[in-house]
Amino acid sequence: MKRGIVAYGAYLPYWRLARSSITAALATPAGRGTRAVASYDEDTTTMAVEAARIALAAAPEGVRPHEVVLATAAPAYLDKTNAVAVHDALGLARSAAAFDMNGSVRSGSAALRYAANATAPVLAVLSDIRTGLPGGADERDGGDAAAAFLFSSGSEVVAEPIAQASATSEFLDRWRLPGETTSHQWEERFGEHEYLPLAEEAIAATLEEAGVTAAEIDHFIVTGVHTRAVRAVQRSAAVPAGAPAKDLSAVVGNTGTAHQGLVLASVLDSAAPGALILTVSLADGAVATVLRVGEAILQYRQRRPAGGTVAAQVSAGRGELPYTTFLTWRDQLRREPPRRPEPAPPASPPAARHRAWKFSFAASRCGICGMRLVPPGRVCIGCGALGQMTQERLADVPGVVATFTADRLAFTPNPPMVVAVIDFDGGGRFRCELTDVGPDAVVIGTRVEMTFRKMSTSQTIHNYFWKARPVREEA
Amino acid sequence: MTMAARGIRDQVAIVGMGCTRFGEHWDKGAEDLLIDAATEAFASAGVSKEDVDAYWLGTMGSGISGLTLSKPLCLDYKPVTRVENMCATGSEAFRNACYAVACGAVDMAMAIGVEKLKDSGLSGLVLPSAPADGTASELTAPALFSLLAPAYERKYGVDPAALKDVLTRIAWKNHHNGSLNPRAQFRREVDKATIACSPIVAGQLGIFDCAGVADGSAAAIIVRAADAHRYTDKPVFVKALSFVAGPASGTADPAYDYTTFPEVVRAGRNAYMEAGVENPRAELAMAEVHDCFTPTELVIYEDLGFAERGQGWKEALAGTFDLDGDLPVNPDGGLKAFGHPIGASGLRMLFEAWLQLRGEAPPERTIRSIAQGRKLALTHNLGGAPGECVSFVSIVGREPTA
Repeated sequence: MKRGIVAYGAYLPYWRLARSSITAALATPAGRGTRAVASYDEDTTTMAVEAARIALAAAPEGVRPHEVVLATAAPAYLDKTNAVAVHDALGLARSAAAFDMNGSVRSGSAALRYAANATAPVLAVLSDIRTGLPGGADERDGGDAAAAFLFSSGSEVVAEPIAQASATSEFLDRWRLPGETTSHQWEERFGEHEYLPLAEEAIAATLEEAGVTAAEIDHFIVTGVHTRAVRAVQRSAAVPAGAPAKDLSAVVGNTGTAHQGLVLASVLDSAAPGALILTVSLADGAVATVLRVGEAILQYRQRRPAGGTVAAQVSAGRGELPYTTFLTWRDQLRREPPRRPEPAPPASPPAARHRAWKFSFAASRCGICGMRLVPPGRVCIGCGALGQMTQERLADVPGVVATFTADRLAFTPNPPMVVAVIDFDGGGRFRCELTDVGPDAVVIGTRVEMTFRKMSTSQTIHNYFWKARPVREEA
Repeated sequence: MTMAARGIRDQVAIVGMGCTRFGEHWDKGAEDLLIDAATEAFASAGVSKEDVDAYWLGTMGSGISGLTLSKPLCLDYKPVTRVENMCATGSEAFRNACYAVACGAVDMAMAIGVEKLKDSGLSGLVLPSAPADGTASELTAPALFSLLAPAYERKYGVDPAALKDVLTRIAWKNHHNGSLNPRAQFRREVDKATIACSPIVAGQLGIFDCAGVADGSAAAIIVRAADAHRYTDKPVFVKALSFVAGPASGTADPAYDYTTFPEVVRAGRNAYMEAGVENPRAELAMAEVHDCFTPTELVIYEDLGFAERGQGWKEALAGTFDLDGDLPVNPDGGLKAFGHPIGASGLRMLFEAWLQLRGEAPPERTIRSIAQGRKLALTHNLGGAPGECVSFVSIVGREPTA
């Protein structure tokens, strides 16, 4: 039985930074185009949840992950497994496992390889937030994104890895000590010298294993942490002229650990059944994979939400972020705090007691009168019945703004805080914060959907919960 | 509809009161404010701290336990109950003290409220909170109450500019009244243009739509009605004490439309029943209501039956609730101008009722309705936010019901 990708999704944050705004602020040439920027309330864990939700929304009937693996070079926590929050936010069963593959950009390849080679359904999620010091290449060329791939066996495989190979050799090209927020890179011509032969070896080995030639490749994806080496590999391979895939660097930037997944998702969005894809990832060596697109891709495109494609999210992004806001969000600009107390961190026992609510946004519905309670309660506010509740996950249920306000006193890194009273389709009302929106973009009646976010980080604790955002425009 | 509490109409009376100036008391702590308010109340009733059998202390966050009061006053091993019920805290101290006297357990009780808010160094009000799961919204009080304005506009077809004029007029009225009150935090009139153009805090609400954050204390001495004339010629009798804590279902129930506080409606209904009031608009001489934000006062007019539903805004513009209007509301300046030290506010409202009903308000602030024969005053608090609050209503009067 074929094993491969049965569902996938990439997530691009809403915000864009125009590179020209760096030029304007620092008077250093920063080039053209934009980069994707994770909002102040996003981290690699929340973006992983969003990508996974897009993937799972169109997963084949009955296929749920038995494992979720999260790869990132910017983990929200160390020691603590970040994939567990992803697991709970997706509402996965307790019996499903969750593991991190943390720290290096190459962990993205590890997650994909692990998921491809397993037997049960495995969800591999790649997520990263990339930046550098102000005015530097990493700040300018980096990007933030996540991509998720559900691997399983069966007839609904949309892309089947048919060969994989790697070439590994120790050299120092890009590194970062624990605790540092930006990375270091050796002189770039040296990296190119190391990467090029490694890439050639991995490509040759994987093509041989797949039994195809470079000339037969329809889509050629090269990603990596070394821009010059990536370009050199793109040029050197003997693939057809139309094969190199758009790497999204002009609009999104290089999203590090997530990038091979992001570009693969973008290619899968339009690839024809039977097409051959060669991916090469350059990070401390080279990992190459050949995939064959399955017939099931056509049905998959019918099932998935239109707004979930990479192209739709590229066009839904807004290039309005001031450079100073970007610096503030990435902790590169210390700002005067408001005269309000710091948000209290969540306490662990109540958060655990309410984990279905906090992480999975599960409400309750009264079995007597049918009223939906958000947040869940034991006593029905409609009929007063006690203990007649069943749990209902509302994370994927859209709603409508009943009323809203803009709070200019409450603390938020993106003032004013916009809060709306949301009436959910099928019942239930909840007052919650809106995100990825300005106060002028909301009216009573605006359609919204829920999104998993980091409410605050206080006293070293990330407070994860759900906010609402306007339903993303469809392509 | 279940029968409300029977109440204690005319069983107890206030025979002495005290109230500090409200405002920024940089040179006074909560203990100093308590001493000042209590001393004034004792003197007003002609009694000493030994004469008071039991004390009820209301404070939201300026101290815990009865020691907060017994220590500064050096009380002689008296019972002191410390109570908290958000913005109804001072009223809650009063309610419980009244019940203790009415049931005969004590002969004389003091209710005293205090709050020392300005020492925090923070803007706005900061509520203490228990360890939680981190899912509660971080919305500030002005933002929560700002939800009322667009809902009211939509329901009654009032355009935002017209409603802004209404809210501005409410703030203007309360500042005008406060300018005549030497104990108020803000003692200057504020012109309507300044109010209307003040910087936006939340939604449509500007700085001048918000009550002042203040320090202050107020106290009342309560005895059985039969004993009241031993202490004063002009006791103020308690006609009704109503308090409700709502199920907080408004935040989760799509049927709730943000143009009313059901808790205020219920507390008002109970109070009118206890006091035997059938037409509050015609029978009340005055009301002190919880104008934490200007739209709150507008909605309260309708919830307490001072105006028909959807008509409160017109009545506000017509001057019905002005100092010289048909039913003066917040003749002392209200939370808006008098200031809002949480635990003291309910008792501060009773202090204005005490002054007005006894004819002791300064001439320029004396309401005309009492001379015209009205005999009852109402005080009201609410604590929380639209959809999830507690509410208190009292009715007091100069004469026992015949």
